[in-house]
Amino acid sequence: MKTTPLHPAHLALGARMGPFAGFEMPIQYTSITSEHLAVRGWVGLFDVSHMGEFWIRGPQALAFLQFATLNDVSRLKVGRAQYSMLPNAQGGVVDDIYLYRTGEEEYLMVVNAANIEKDWAHLQALAEGFRVSLEDASDFFALLAVQGPRAVATLQKLCEVELENRKKNDTFMGRLVGKWVRFARTGYTGEDGYEIFVAPDEVGAVWQALLDAGATPCGLGARDTLRLEAGFPLYGHELTDQTNPLCTPLAWVVKTQKDFYGKGALLEAPCPRRLVGLLVEGGVPREGYRVWQGEREVGVLTSGTHSPVLKKGIAMAYVDSSLATLGTSLEVEIRSRRTEAKVVEMPFIRSSA
Amino acid sequence: MNYPTELKYSKTHEWVRLEGDMAVVGITDYAQDALGDVVFVELPQVGRRVEAGAAVAVVESVKTASDIYAPLAGEVLEVNTALADKPELINQSPYGEGWIFKLRVDPAATTSLLSAAEYQALAESA
Repeated sequence: MKTTPLHPAHLALGARMGPFAGFEMPIQYTSITSEHLAVRGWVGLFDVSHMGEFWIRGPQALAFLQFATLNDVSRLKVGRAQYSMLPNAQGGVVDDIYLYRTGEEEYLMVVNAANIEKDWAHLQALAEGFRVSLEDASDFFALLAVQGPRAVATLQKLCEVELENRKKNDTFMGRLVGKWVRFARTGYTGEDGYEIFVAPDEVGAVWQALLDAGATPCGLGARDTLRLEAGFPLYGHELTDQTNPLCTPLAWVVKTQKDFYGKGALLEAPCPRRLVGLLVEGGVPREGYRVWQGEREVGVLTSGTHSPVLKKGIAMAYVDSSLATLGTSLEVEIRSRRTEAKVVEMPFIRSSA
Repeated sequence: MNYPTELKYSKTHEWVRLEGDMAVVGITDYAQDALGDVVFVELPQVGRRVEAGAAVAVVESVKTASDIYAPLAGEVLEVNTALADKPELINQSPYGEGWIFKLRVDPAATTSLLSAAEYQALAESA
């Protein structure tokens, strides 16, 4: 099992550890609900160093990324970031990613930990014929997420670089408690905050400084309930090699005016089912539970949890396209019992971001 | 972890407090800690007759759903309806306000249950 550079710090805090994407990661330090509410109400600190990072550099970096990703990279200025996806040849998704433009001919791609090897092989193959160099820098970065309505104020106390007046998706270098880091005003919780790329041998000092400044350490349990409330997909659940992003609320990512890998297949694939958000009464919806309308099985949950803010079940599900409109009443089968569910807009909650 | 000595225990992490022919049942401190934040409880029907070892309730935490078993055979006399609005009572007070159901039982049948020391040994070896 792989570990992050902060593994000893997690053990010292008494974290409950568990396997995730080949890493032994903190699932919770105290309780998922209290960590979740710390992020919604103040500031939480996550170790997400398991995420992968690739450098893409060279005179054809832009041309290559336009071909290899779905969003429009030509609109990405230096110092800005965008959410995107890697399409496959069949109209499915290899991974969902975040792309940071760090220089004129230099981009940093952050990928899901579970997909590092798959993405790397995919991008290597696709890069043939382009004048680009790819570098897997996953072991050269630790990554922290500082999230919550007080995240920026908490960070600002520890650095001189201006943080408040940056826009969402801005990225820049600066010193944090004396260490050179890359700041990015991004995150996966629906709250304001920054993600911080830092050298593995310096992350311990940054982590400790943020704890001392009042940030609550949060595990992957809260990360999952937070991203669900915020309506963000998780690869392997809402997005897979078989899912067409045009059948999801993330269709905006697909920029059809440009050419990209697998474009024909992606545009032609039909959407028999669509990804929706469900509000579920009486019980905790979970991945794999079936969705019914009367005696007809009409879908399946890809993620689900109990929302600590709404104090209700929330879920994402693929349901028959004809039933994917807001307000549709459905039922979710929770352990052989049917419970009411309703198609609702995502995000499930309003937040500070 | 707390293992009150006046209670009896099952191998499946329920506790039993005997009051005459009535048994109050909940889940142990060890069990609530392992489950994490309890967010939903499915209670049995009052009046239902259950066999020892039957799944009669479900406790759902953020992480997982867990069946709760009847430690003894009997009839469900009462359920803790406060858990509908405050399932977190199971975390906050597993041996008190977080009780789950009461059974009418045969007091002679309780020899199958574990003492606090026996249960503690079992829980902590897991």
